Amino acid sequence: MSEALAVVETAGTDTTVPAVSGARQFWRRLRAQRAALVAAAVVALLVLVALAAPLLTALEGQDPTTYHPALIDSARGGVPLGSFGGVSAEHWLGVEPQTGRDMFARLVYGARVSLGVSLGATVVQVAVGIAMGVAAGLGNRWVDLVLSRITDIFVSMPLMIMALALLAIVPNTFPRPVLVALIIALVAGWSTMAKMVRAQTLTLKNLDYVAAARLSGWKTWRIAVRELLPGLAAPGITYAALLIPSNISAEAALSFLGVGVKPPTPSWGQMLTSADVWYQAAPQYLLLPAAALFVTVFALTVLGDGVRVALDPRAASRLRVGTGRRRENRARAAVPENALPEKALPVKSLPEKEGPA
Amino acid sequence: MNGFTGFVLRRVIGAVVTLFALSVIIYVVFYVTPGNVAQITCGPRCSPAQVHQVAQQLHLDDPLYVRYGHFLQGIFAGQDYSTGTSVEHCAAPCLGQSYQTGRQVTDVIWTKLPVSVSLVLGAMVIWLVLGIGTGVLSAWRRGRFTERALTAVTLAGTATPVFVIGLVLMIVVCGELRLLPFPQYVNLTDDPEQWAWNLLLPWLSLALIEAAGFARLTRASMLETLAEDHIRTFRAYGVGERAIIVRHALRGATASVIALNAVTVGSAVGGAVLTETLFGLPGIGQELVHAVKVVDLPVVVGMVLVTGFFVVLANALADVLYAVADRRVVLA
Amino acid sequence: MSLLEVTDLTVEFGSLRAVDGLSFSLAEGAALALVGESGSGKSTVAGALLGLHRGTGAQVTGTVRVAGTDVEAASDEELRRLRGAKAAMVFQDPLSSLDPYYAIGDQIAEVHRAHARVSRRAARARAVRVLERVGIPDAARRARSRPHEFSGGMRQRALIAMALACEPQLLIADEPTTALDVTVQAQILDLLHTLRAETGMGLLLVTHDVGVAAESVDDVLVMRHGRAVERGPVGAVLAAPAEAYTRELLDAVPRVDARRAASPVAGEVVLEATGVRREFGRGKRAFAAVDGVSLTVRRGETLGVVGESGSGKTTLGRMLVGLLEPTAGEIRYAGRAHTGVNPAVQMVFQDPVSSLNPRRGVGESIADPLRARGEKDEDGIRARVAELLERVGLEAAHYDRYPHEFSGGQRQRVGIARALAADPRVIVCDEPVSALDVTTQAQVVALLGELQRELGLALVFIAHDLAVVRQVSDRVAVMRKGELVEYGPADEVYDSPREPYTRQLLAAVPALDPELAARRRAARREPAVA
Repeated sequence: MSEALAVVETAGTDTTVPAVSGARQFWRRLRAQRAALVAAAVVALLVLVALAAPLLTALEGQDPTTYHPALIDSARGGVPLGSFGGVSAEHWLGVEPQTGRDMFARLVYGARVSLGVSLGATVVQVAVGIAMGVAAGLGNRWVDLVLSRITDIFVSMPLMIMALALLAIVPNTFPRPVLVALIIALVAGWSTMAKMVRAQTLTLKNLDYVAAARLSGWKTWRIAVRELLPGLAAPGITYAALLIPSNISAEAALSFLGVGVKPPTPSWGQMLTSADVWYQAAPQYLLLPAAALFVTVFALTVLGDGVRVALDPRAASRLRVGTGRRRENRARAAVPENALPEKALPVKSLPEKEGPA
Repeated sequence: MNGFTGFVLRRVIGAVVTLFALSVIIYVVFYVTPGNVAQITCGPRCSPAQVHQVAQQLHLDDPLYVRYGHFLQGIFAGQDYSTGTSVEHCAAPCLGQSYQTGRQVTDVIWTKLPVSVSLVLGAMVIWLVLGIGTGVLSAWRRGRFTERALTAVTLAGTATPVFVIGLVLMIVVCGELRLLPFPQYVNLTDDPEQWAWNLLLPWLSLALIEAAGFARLTRASMLETLAEDHIRTFRAYGVGERAIIVRHALRGATASVIALNAVTVGSAVGGAVLTETLFGLPGIGQELVHAVKVVDLPVVVGMVLVTGFFVVLANALADVLYAVADRRVVLA
Repeated sequence: MSLLEVTDLTVEFGSLRAVDGLSFSLAEGAALALVGESGSGKSTVAGALLGLHRGTGAQVTGTVRVAGTDVEAASDEELRRLRGAKAAMVFQDPLSSLDPYYAIGDQIAEVHRAHARVSRRAARARAVRVLERVGIPDAARRARSRPHEFSGGMRQRALIAMALACEPQLLIADEPTTALDVTVQAQILDLLHTLRAETGMGLLLVTHDVGVAAESVDDVLVMRHGRAVERGPVGAVLAAPAEAYTRELLDAVPRVDARRAASPVAGEVVLEATGVRREFGRGKRAFAAVDGVSLTVRRGETLGVVGESGSGKTTLGRMLVGLLEPTAGEIRYAGRAHTGVNPAVQMVFQDPVSSLNPRRGVGESIADPLRARGEKDEDGIRARVAELLERVGLEAAHYDRYPHEFSGGQRQRVGIARALAADPRVIVCDEPVSALDVTTQAQVVALLGELQRELGLALVFIAHDLAVVRQVSDRVAVMRKGELVEYGPADEVYDSPREPYTRQLLAAVPALDPELAARRRAARREPAVA
C-alpha cells in the first residue's frame, strides 16, 4: 500500500479521536470562516471599549453616576430636553430620562459589567464543570452515581427561578456583580458542562492510548493531566465559548428584573427595565442598550459557533465528504470487542441464534 | 415490553429521588442561612413579636432534621399554625404562609399557575412547530441560499435575549402598529378567543428564541443522519429524496428533539418570568419577582419548589418519550 | 449484450485519483470479484456503478452501463429506477446500513414500494417472503424486529433480502462479510452462492480478502492504486499469478495449513493464568466474559489465542497485562501472584488510530515507560527512543512527528516500540494486524517474530484470524463464550482438532483454491441436510 494513500486513508477515520493537532489547525479553520472573523473583531472591539471605559468617559468629560437634573424636563415626568434624548457635544448619546445621567458613560460602563460578570461566571462554570465531570468519569460507581445525580438536579433546575430566589436571601452588603456572577455560574451552566465532560472522560478513558499510558506505569492523576485534559480541551473551549453569551443574557435578564446588578452600577439589562415607558419620548434609551446587548450576544454566539466548527473533527471531516473511501478491513476496528463489556452481550454465536427478542 | 415497564419505573423512582434532593437543597439553602432566619423569613417590616412567632412556627429550636420533617409534614399532611389570635389549618399540600400578605402560599400558587401554564404550553406548541419546520426546510434545501438565510436568522434568534425580543414586539405590534392591544390576561374558561389573542405576543416572544434552538438542532441532527450509512443504503435502492428526508432523516432527529424539549421547558419556565414581568401577566414569575423584591421567603420557597416539581416532571416524561422514540436506550 | 460494461472509468476526488482508467465487463449471470488493498479504489468503483458519486463533488469520467442504462448520462429519475430494481448493493457493515428506528420488514417493504406499485400490505408480505428466502427463521415475526435485535449475520441476511426484494439482475456486494465472524462469513458466502444459482443474477464482489473471492466468483480483477493489475479466471490467477504485485499479495496472505517456520526453543514459564474469571455487569445482567481459563506462557514462545467476537479473548488479554482485575482466579508472573500493571508485561493494541495519543509526538509516547520509571536524562531517553524507532523499522527523525502523519502499519510499529521501551519479557498483542492490509500485516508479523528471537520475548498473539494465528504460534488456545475450548501445540490443534467447534472454525476459513472451496461448501451443506 502506498504510504501517501495510507495517510489519506487513515487521516479521515479519526472520528473517534477529537481534533488531531493543535493551535495552528484551529486558527486555520477559524480564519476560513468569514462570519466568525467579523464576530471576533466585534468582540475584540467590545472588550477594548469595556477596558477603556474610564478613558472614553474622560474623553467625553462625563461619568456614569452624576445626575443632571438641568437636562431633563421634570414637568413632563423627566423626559430629556433637546433632540434625540438630549444628544449634545457634552452628552454624545444623550441622557437618561428621569435622572439625566450620561447615556454614553452608562453604556460603556455597562459593557464592563456585562463582559465582566459573564466571563467571571464562565470561569467558575468551566472550573466546577470540569472538576465534577472528571471526578464522575474517573471515580468508582458510587462517586459517579452521587455526582451524576447532583449534576442532574442542577441540569433540571430553572436558572432564572433559582437565581431570583437566591438573590432574595443574600445580604446587600455582598458586592453585587460578583454575587450575580457566582449565582449565574453555580445555578446553571456548570451542570451541562459537567455532563459533557463526564461523557468525554468516559470515552477517552476507554481509548487504547489511555490503557497504554497505564501500562507505561504512570499514576492515575498523571494520566488524567497528560492524556485526558488535552482531550477535554476542544469540547471544553467550545462549550465555554457558547456559555459566555448565554451568561450575558442571564445577567441582563436578572438586572432587567431588578434583582441583578443594582443602581447606581450601570447595566444594559437594568437600563431596559423602564425603557418601554420611555420609548416614544426617548427612543435611544430603549434602542441603545437593546442594540448593545444584541450585538454583543450575537457576535459572541457567532464566534462561539465558529470556534465549535474549528474544533469539531466532524466538521473538519465534512470538508472531505465524498472521497468515497471505505473503511475496508477497519470494520473490526470500528466495532471493537473491547468497546464496552455490556455491548458484547448479544454475541454472534455459532449456529446463528436469534438475537434477544 | 417488560424491559420498558422497568425502564419507566426506574425513571419514576429517579424523579422522586431528584425531587426529594431538590426539596432538601432548597430547604437548607433558604432556612439554614446564616443570620436571623426568622427575621429574614418574616421580612424586614416584622415586629419582634411577629419574628418570635415565626421562629416558633419554623421550629427553629429543633435540630435540622426535625425542622425539615415538619416542613415535609406540612406538604404531605397539612399543618396547623397559630396566627397569634386563632389557630388555622393549612391543608396539604401546605407550603406555609406569606408573612407579608398573610395568604397561604398554596392559594397564591393556585391562582397564578394557570397563567404560567397557559404561557409555557402555548409557547411550546409554537416553538416546536416553527422550530422543527424551519429545521426540516434548511436540511431539505441544504447547501442552497434558503439554508444559509435560515441559518443566519436562527443564529440571530438564539442570540436575542427573551426580554429584548418581547420589548421590541410589544412596542412595534401594540405601540406603533396597534395590531393588538397591550396584553391583559383573560381566563381560558371565560373567553378562549380573547385568551389566545392576549397571549399571542407573550407566546411569540417566548417561543421565537426557543424555536431557533430547535431549528438548529433539527437541522444539525438531520444532516448528521443524512451522512450516515443507512441513508446511503436507501439512496442506493432508489428510494426518493422526499421519503429519505421525512421518513429517515427526520425520524432520526426525533429523539434529540424530545431531549431538547425537556431542557427548553426548564429554560422557558425561567423565560416566563421575564415575559410575565414584561407584559404584566399575573403568573408565577411575576409573583416570584415581587416576592423576591419584598423578601417574602415562604412564597419564594413555595414557587421554587413548584417550578422544580414541574421541571422534574417534564424531564421524567421526556425520558420516557425518548425511550419510546429510541427503544435502544431501554436496553442500555 | 453484457450486463455490466465499464469503459475507461476514472473517478477523482479533488487531486486524488481513486480510479484511473478502469475497464471491465460482466456477462449476465457471471460473477466477478474486485480484489485490492485499501486505497485501491475498489469500493469507489462499486459506488460508481449505481451513480452514488453524483452530487458528492467527485469527478467521474468514462462510461458505465448497467443493464442497458448509461449511469453517467441517466437522469435522476432513470438512475432512481436503476438503483435497487436492476442492480442492488449489499454493504459492508450491516448494522449501520439499516435504519435503526424501523422494523426490518418495513425497510425492505419501503424499498420494494419505491419500484413497484403495490399496497403496503403486499410489500410487507413480499418482505417476509424474501426474508424467508435468505434463511431467516420465523420470518413473519422477525420482520417486525428492529436491526439491533438481530445478530450480525442475520442483519447481513436481511440486507441481502432487501437486495432480492426487487429481483435485480446484478448484485453488487461491497465487503459483505468483512464485519462478520468466520463461521458466519461462510454461511453468508454459501447463501450468495445458492441465490446466484437459483436466480441467475450477476454478482460483483468487492473484497480485500483473496480467500473470499476464491470462494465465490468465476473471475477476479486485482486492483492497485485505481488501476487493474491483473484479471482472469479466479483459479488461474490464484494458482499462477502473472504480475509481481499479485504474487506479492498472495504471498502475504497467511495460510491456515502452513506451519510456523522456525519454532524457537521455549524456556521457563513467565506468565500464568489459573482459573481466571471476569464478570461484567451486575445482578440479572451479569455475565462472565471469561470463565475459568488457565494457561501458561513460556519465555521465547508464542501462544496464539483465537476466537470469534464475544469469545472473551480481548478480556483475557487485558487481564494478562493487568488492565483488568480478574473476578476470580489469579495471574502469576514469574511464579508470583501479581495484580495491577507490570512493566515486564506489555501490550500491543488492535487499533493503530486510538492506541496513540493524537496530540503527542510519537517519540513522547514511546518515551513514556522510560520516564515513568524515573529516568531523567533527556539525551539518554532520546537516544533510547531513536534506537527503538530504528529497531522497529522507522527513523530516529520520526521522534517529533504526530500519529496522523503515519500509516496504519507504521503506527503499529510505533506501538511495538512503545511496548519494547519498558524492556518487557512478555508482550500481549491484541489483534495487532487485523486493521492492516495483508502486505502490511505480513511485515508486522515478521517484525514481531524477529524481535521475539532477538530478545527472547514471550508473545501472546490474540486474533480472530485462524490463518494469522497459525503463522505465528507455537501453541494455540481456542476460546468460545469465555471458555477455553481447546489448548495445545499449534500443529496438533490445526491438523487434528479434537473439538467439533475447532473443526467447524477451521472448515469455515476461506480456501485459496476454488476447487477446494467448492468441496468444502458441499461438505458444509451435507450436515445441514442431514
